[in-house]
Amino acid sequence: MAIVPNPYKTTGFLGWIDDRFPLTKLWKDHLAEYYAPKNFNFWYYFGSLALLVLVNQLLTGIFLTMHYKPDAAQAWHSVEYIMRDVPWGNIIRYLHSTGASAFFIVVYLHMYRGLLYGSYRKPRELIWIFGCLIFLCLMAEAFAGYVLPWGQMSYWGAQVIISLFGAIPVVGPDLVVWIQGDYIPSDATLNRLFSLHVIAIPFVLVGLVVAHLIALHEVGSNNPDGIEIKKHKDPKTGVPLDGIAFHPYYTVKDLFGVGVFLIIFLGVVFFAPDGGGYFLEKPNFQEANPLVTPEHITPAWYFGAFYAILRAIPDKLLGVIGMGAAVLIFFALPWLDRSPVKSIRYKGWMFKTALAAFTIAFVALSYFGMKPPSELGTLVSRVGTIVYFAFFLLMPFYSKLDKTKPEPERVTYEAH
Amino acid sequence: MKRTKSPSMLRALLAAAALSAGTPALAAGGHAPMPYRFEPDTGNLASVQRGARNFMNYCAGCHSMRHLRYSRLGADLGIPEELLAKHLMFTSDKPGDPILSAMPAEPSATWFGATPPDLSVETRMRGPNWVYNYLMTFYLDDKRPLGTNNLILPGASMPHVLGALQGWQVLETSHADEAQGDGHGAHAGPTFKRVSEGTLGEKEFEKFVADTVNFMVYAAEPGRADRISVGMKVMLFLLVFTALAWLLKREYWKDVH
Repeated sequence: MAIVPNPYKTTGFLGWIDDRFPLTKLWKDHLAEYYAPKNFNFWYYFGSLALLVLVNQLLTGIFLTMHYKPDAAQAWHSVEYIMRDVPWGNIIRYLHSTGASAFFIVVYLHMYRGLLYGSYRKPRELIWIFGCLIFLCLMAEAFAGYVLPWGQMSYWGAQVIISLFGAIPVVGPDLVVWIQGDYIPSDATLNRLFSLHVIAIPFVLVGLVVAHLIALHEVGSNNPDGIEIKKHKDPKTGVPLDGIAFHPYYTVKDLFGVGVFLIIFLGVVFFAPDGGGYFLEKPNFQEANPLVTPEHITPAWYFGAFYAILRAIPDKLLGVIGMGAAVLIFFALPWLDRSPVKSIRYKGWMFKTALAAFTIAFVALSYFGMKPPSELGTLVSRVGTIVYFAFFLLMPFYSKLDKTKPEPERVTYEAH
Repeated sequence: MKRTKSPSMLRALLAAAALSAGTPALAAGGHAPMPYRFEPDTGNLASVQRGARNFMNYCAGCHSMRHLRYSRLGADLGIPEELLAKHLMFTSDKPGDPILSAMPAEPSATWFGATPPDLSVETRMRGPNWVYNYLMTFYLDDKRPLGTNNLILPGASMPHVLGALQGWQVLETSHADEAQGDGHGAHAGPTFKRVSEGTLGEKEFEKFVADTVNFMVYAAEPGRADRISVGMKVMLFLLVFTALAWLLKREYWKDVH
């Protein structure tokens, strides 16, 4: 089908634009005439909130980059300079540092929504895969950003994470030197992580977010009932009977969500920016020192689960493979779930039990990943690792065996 | 920190490392019980002002605070420039300069075993309670080169600068054994015995240290007070905004059935 400029036949100034650029078409396709199911619940706020946090990170990042010095001798001091001498620099920095944690909270909840309602199932596999790629980028972005303040935990965190590549047979040690650009994390490492953090990864990240949304709007949103609203359309207009225009219905609803989110988020930014030592770690208030190892090197809280899996596996190489697999296995989810229904509302006890076990395992792994090694921690991490992988690897079996309830024809919604 | 009975060379290295505030690892490794509880109060302007005076007179000789400028300190604490220059600026005559110490970095490492660390964000790294306890718990110990040791940071190379104010104390080590003998093994907290009086009374000295730590907490984030006051306004705005957003949502959603 050829592209026909200005399909809505607008006139005047808007018509002039529409003859040259699909402004009205984009507006209608993605907002005013994008029909989303009317039964979205609490879990559906986190997509738009993730976008909000992304914009927050980009904007505050631009201003931080204006004042930050990517130089091992100056980086830590330039952060303190931002905190003191740049007007409102402390707020900008806290918005960015708290934003990193908020990003993971929001994205974890967004992904969990996918698990609850089967949002990864056909025909939304590519939305899910783009999402998984976004998650990968986010992890890389967070890691690189974590190193930039060049505090003690930044430095030693970088050292631990980069050294993981050393576990790869044959090329490992050379690979570590190649990544670091030196034999230990140093100025060269800081400079390249800065480059990745402010250019390469955000560039890819934003592109993937666009792809994620294009794919979403192509097939339409899933909903808590996990049924397709496009099955029942108004014969005259072709609009799904259970769909409502994203704008204004969901824009106003998300505006409310944004308000609630900002009260919590800015509450942390303004009144507890350290996040109890989890958002800004105490050792990072000391400049990186390659000669002194901190007593206990902790990963950022959002990597806790993956770090716990790494530590739970006794062999270093297998640990690294396990940690990588724990992230990559999300990509396979659309093909692991063989249930005839999408939503947890109509799935049976097996899936519900499996998801509950996975949830507990993830939280426990996150907790023990941040704690110093202990016997209990190792035991819980090992059990947690098994549960984590069993949730995915056994899914083809239990999701098929599970006794499901019949899906409704139309979405469950009560006006309020 | 780990106590080792290793050769003296290693011990000296460990001690040197523990001294430099640059070693949270070793220092934090001690987990010594904190005999004092301290909650900072940076809202008490007079206390923070006195703390600034204390810091400049007793700390800044060796410790810099390179991320705080005199002018900022003056503006935030309401100290006019003449007073600032007369009473607080000992190493510089330019109000825009940062607070640097007169101590040369490299020789001082030889003198003390470590260069006295910069204290700009010390209370954010250690916590105000740690700093308070550290300053309160120096005690006489003739095994140490300078004759004093510290309960919170064992092997600290810093001399007890405030000794003349606090008076000198010794650590009562026999306490735990006595308690065991009595059959009340539970209580084994460290106790100090005063062996000479200082120029300040006990309460006065506690206040002196509290003022100093309050100042250090202020200095660790001079923008803190502004952040909190803006935060209050932002919260008020957001409460109204969110309420209006809710009403707007409800209005629009009336036609969704």
